[in-house]
Amino acid sequence: MMSKTIKYIIKGKTFLFMSFLLVTLFVISSCDTDETQTVATFTNLVMSDEFDTDGALDSELWNHEIGTGVNGWGNNELQYYTDRTENVKVENGYLLITANREDFNGSLYTSARITTQGLFEQAYGRFEARIKVPSGKGIWPAFWLLGNDCETNIWPQCGEIDIMEFLGDNPTTIFGSVHGPGYSAGQAVTKSYTLENDRYDTGFHVFGIEWSPESINYYVDDALYQTITPADVPGEWVFDSKFYIILNVAVGGNFPGAPNDETTFPQSMLVDYVRVYQQ
Amino acid sequence: MKNIKLMYSKMTCLLALVFLVTISCDRDLSEEAEFADFAKTSEIFIEAPIGLGTDFYFPFSGSKATAWSVDESEGYESQVSMRFDVPNADDPEGSYAGAIFRIDGSGRDLTGYDALTFWAKASQGVTIGELGFGTDFEENKYQTTIQNTSLSTSWTKYIIPIPDPSKLIEERGMFWYSAGTQETGGLGYTFWIDDLKFEKLGTLGTPVPSIGEDRTVQAFIGTNTVVGNRSVIFNLPSGVNQTVIPALSYFDWSSSDPSVVAVEDFGRIEMISNGMSVITATMAGVQATGAVTFEVLGEFESAPIPPARDPADVISIFSNAYNDVPVDYYNGYFAPFQTTQGQDDIFVNGDRVINYTDLNFVGIGTFVDVSPINANEMTHFHVDINVREAIQAGDFIRLQLINNVGGVETSGDITIDGSQFQSEEWISLDIPLADFNGLSVRNELGLIFFISDATISNIYVDNVYYYKE
Repeated sequence: MMSKTIKYIIKGKTFLFMSFLLVTLFVISSCDTDETQTVATFTNLVMSDEFDTDGALDSELWNHEIGTGVNGWGNNELQYYTDRTENVKVENGYLLITANREDFNGSLYTSARITTQGLFEQAYGRFEARIKVPSGKGIWPAFWLLGNDCETNIWPQCGEIDIMEFLGDNPTTIFGSVHGPGYSAGQAVTKSYTLENDRYDTGFHVFGIEWSPESINYYVDDALYQTITPADVPGEWVFDSKFYIILNVAVGGNFPGAPNDETTFPQSMLVDYVRVYQQ
Repeated sequence: MKNIKLMYSKMTCLLALVFLVTISCDRDLSEEAEFADFAKTSEIFIEAPIGLGTDFYFPFSGSKATAWSVDESEGYESQVSMRFDVPNADDPEGSYAGAIFRIDGSGRDLTGYDALTFWAKASQGVTIGELGFGTDFEENKYQTTIQNTSLSTSWTKYIIPIPDPSKLIEERGMFWYSAGTQETGGLGYTFWIDDLKFEKLGTLGTPVPSIGEDRTVQAFIGTNTVVGNRSVIFNLPSGVNQTVIPALSYFDWSSSDPSVVAVEDFGRIEMISNGMSVITATMAGVQATGAVTFEVLGEFESAPIPPARDPADVISIFSNAYNDVPVDYYNGYFAPFQTTQGQDDIFVNGDRVINYTDLNFVGIGTFVDVSPINANEMTHFHVDINVREAIQAGDFIRLQLINNVGGVETSGDITIDGSQFQSEEWISLDIPLADFNGLSVRNELGLIFFISDATISNIYVDNVYYYKE
């Protein structure tokens, strides 16, 4: 544990430095963000899953969501989520969420969706994961946060922060978004980040946000590519309560469209770690 | 650390200089000798050809040699590009456009790149048959091809992924193309290519190599062959899959039993002894999908060796005994009715043998890009046929000769009844040309047809020639 702590501190410092550098750049070049923005820095590791133990997920941290939800989880998604090892397991130091093409309970595809609902919920902080995404038309992996009161405070009022969404037929681009009242689904506040000389499905990348009362900063690796402040959302700012983490690989649905002949299965999202820091 | 290293290497230089002066008569390689560095130049054509030397354009035989030019009024974000005028099919100077661009000099080190890229457009929407690189008219060791590339009338960027860049330490074949008018009704068109260069994109997906479907092939000791149906699929940054046809040498081949089937240089596969062996392959460390199981059946029984003849008395189409005249093809793959597969793809101790399978009809062509056969002086047609299946009542093979293909055609045929063949035995046929019913002229023979209407579906063919008795 000792060495781990040291490692994190060093990492934190590096990141702090990076943030200052990037933010300086951002301020100089940005035209739509308030120049008085402050940068939150989070160095205190409060949750991490390094996926170091092969087998099932840590049940004290993760829930499995099962089935097809309502209307394919609200997006006409085509997969049936299971907790079978064919769809979700920890192996060789990675979490694998795997989409398969198979007839299962009336669905054509299976996959998995895991959440920390009721097990780890937090307002503000740095949320990050190191992920290698699957690809192909119709494949839709995501790393995102949902307000922990969505069952009573109906979406989008409860808020959604998408740290990373990826469409498998656009291999060099990811999206970071927030959904809230008056700015949800197609009207979400969103920005994409495209790699110039790399793509997301051939290697690991760190996807993170730094979320404070004043702003949500979006990162890919060392690059800050988006800052969303209360002034940027065309409605109520609903990001001051506890949120929980979701990792999933959807297949088909309104956003990515259905898989085509070139989509191969199985398709696995590999997650090296999930870490959350506080101030 | 860097400074120290630098100083060290300076000292080495000084030392080396001293060495050179004192013992320059010693021609042995020093321990520090390194392989020559080949140019890492990426660009092939931007505003002009780059680093190709003077003599770099080599047209394919039968193509129009003047199809390529530098156009100084068209270009992608410039006024200069490469222009390719694909001729009409009936152009007397050549019926299609095709050539290689080969460096006149040493090759380039392309190991730092992952794709050949270019911008292109055409005078009309059209698909270009083949585009690629790695063809040098020598070993064509790393020939790389994409097929049926769709060009529009506006400039678009195209990407030809390199199957395995680590192999290309000295490549001279910078670019090649072949474009015809099959899809434009024989009418010519123009296309332009600009900013042709190798790039390190970093945005290509993980390659997915394949050697085709799992299959079993019967073969004979002493024969050799290569594995066809090779491909590697790359996902492009646009999310679209691009299939690339890689040369054999991009793959590392392995045989499950090398004492039965051995893998030789360039991926050539040689049958050594009776038994079974499974051939698989990897590319850049990635296992290719598919496997070919070779069932080696024993010694191949070759066709009878034709008698020695005065060269003036023979016109050989396919024979190891005589010098063959140029032939367009040994299988025309006539769509849509022909089912026949196979051509000169069996090699037995250096001899080539044709194996037609799924035979219904098949033609050997000598009329497209080569001179038709003038058999006025010949008296006989010879062919050796070995039927590879049981012969049943009603089986036949009809031989048909066609004169002046595409002009005023004259044809003659003769039907050989199945009873004249024996299963798995070579039968030599010597047929007087006068016996080909209807063949009144034979000064421009362009096609030899083997027709069985699927009564006989698997034959070996060897020693196809005309002769004078």
